[in-house]
Amino acid sequence: MPVSLEQDRRVWQRYDRATVLKRWAWWIVSTVVVIGCWQIISGATRWEFVADAPQQLAQLVRRAFPPRWDYMSQLWKPLWDTVNIATLGTLLGLIIALPIAFLAARNTTPHPVIRIIALLIIVVSRSVNSLIWALILVALIGPGLLAGIIAIGLRSIGFIGKLFYEAIEETSIEPIEAITATGASRFQVLTYAYLPQVLPAFTGVTVFRWDINIRESTVLGLVGAGGLGIALNASINALQWDRAGMIFVVIFVMVLISEWLSARVRKAII
Amino acid sequence: MSIKANSTRRWRPPPLISDPRLRWLIIIGVVVYLYFALSSININVDRLIRGLDRGSRMFAGFLQPDFTTRWRDIQAGLIESLTMTVVSTVIGVIISIPIGFGAARNMAPMPIYLFCRGLITISRTFQEVIIAIVFVVMFGFGPLAGVLTLSFATIGFLAKLLAEDIEEIDAAQVEATRTTGASWLQTVTYGVLPQVSPRLVGLSIYRFDINLRESAIVGVVGAGGIGATLQTAFTRYDFDIASAILIIIIALVMTTEIVSSHIRRRLQ
Repeated sequence: MPVSLEQDRRVWQRYDRATVLKRWAWWIVSTVVVIGCWQIISGATRWEFVADAPQQLAQLVRRAFPPRWDYMSQLWKPLWDTVNIATLGTLLGLIIALPIAFLAARNTTPHPVIRIIALLIIVVSRSVNSLIWALILVALIGPGLLAGIIAIGLRSIGFIGKLFYEAIEETSIEPIEAITATGASRFQVLTYAYLPQVLPAFTGVTVFRWDINIRESTVLGLVGAGGLGIALNASINALQWDRAGMIFVVIFVMVLISEWLSARVRKAII
Repeated sequence: MSIKANSTRRWRPPPLISDPRLRWLIIIGVVVYLYFALSSININVDRLIRGLDRGSRMFAGFLQPDFTTRWRDIQAGLIESLTMTVVSTVIGVIISIPIGFGAARNMAPMPIYLFCRGLITISRTFQEVIIAIVFVVMFGFGPLAGVLTLSFATIGFLAKLLAEDIEEIDAAQVEATRTTGASWLQTVTYGVLPQVSPRLVGLSIYRFDINLRESAIVGVVGAGGIGATLQTAFTRYDFDIASAILIIIIALVMTTEIVSSHIRRRLQ
């Protein structure tokens, strides 16, 4: 932190001159980039639609409130479907991610080439959003719950796999050497030395992903993959905002409960 | 127990849940749930077989992605997705900082705290696409609705983590700054911000990655970006075009992820 002399007084400054200049240059360049991006967005925007946004919002709120509480009787089935998509999808993702994680971890992979393939699977799964997976699957196997479950499963592989293999790479070597020294087979080393060390992390990650999946599975129905999204899409297309409002309430409560549940489970593990 | 029986007894790892009643309750609960959940899926075998046929066509399309036929649409969608990501991340970060301070128990009075926490909860509860639906109704079709959606989602993510960071800062440094006679703003800039800013920058870059990924889907409900082009390709069963778009998305996400993890590592 430099101190400069100004009129015989020592003045403290946070950064020296070169750093200040570099910082200014960085700020100017990024501001120009952001303004350029904004120009493109603004060029593609119909501003006369934006101008009446407050009226639109007021109208939306007026139509959506109060929500149609009696519509709830028709929402139990989609709600059950949504929870199932998330839970079974997480399970599917977990089953596939578990071996992939062991193949991708540096200390358990049988071969570097296999490790690269496993990492590639993880990256591809992570890069594609579950809604896009759902688009693909609805085109392939038709609309329905199954497409949603597989979509959630495929997206979860990357998330669960990545966090799992990082946990495996952080295991301590001593218990592994100890078990190996007893003459245990490779599989026994895996189940008696690795698994006890990573099980808390594995459970935490899975429950965390389940919580995220609950949120994601609420929209899969918009592309036909089952659950509350189908009801939401139907209500919006029919401009029945009081029904949509009811669905928003259901989603809000469901996500809050799942978040509370997953936080409790994770706290209990740690 | 006789000696003979003792000698044949094998060691078994202790069960995960020590209380046998709780253990069986959980196992039975899981089995019953799985039975009902699995039986509520309607599997149309006929449709699945047709799907396998489509799957092979799709796979063929994946091996021969068609970048050229709809290149203009793809290009426009990509530019929109990228610009949406940049603008929304910047707006989101700028708004997240005051909200994050407001949502930190040690910085804000109760009413502001509750308001900021409420905002964060709403943003975190609803999936981006649902927020996009509302913003499309308000602001019309187009990327502006997408920008606002992603900015709003960024607030929920960033402000929450920032608030948790601020709640865990070292109070001694803040007090030291205050004893020099610093105003509230000076205390924040010299006592609080230096403690949280490295992680804030890292999280902002991380959120950029997430926003890029999300910008590819908000187009499904008309909020701009590559999503609309992708959905059109799928509904027309143009698998070669869809696969071209998917390959571009994956490559783009991978590139930004590599760059951002590199930057974040350098920051730490």
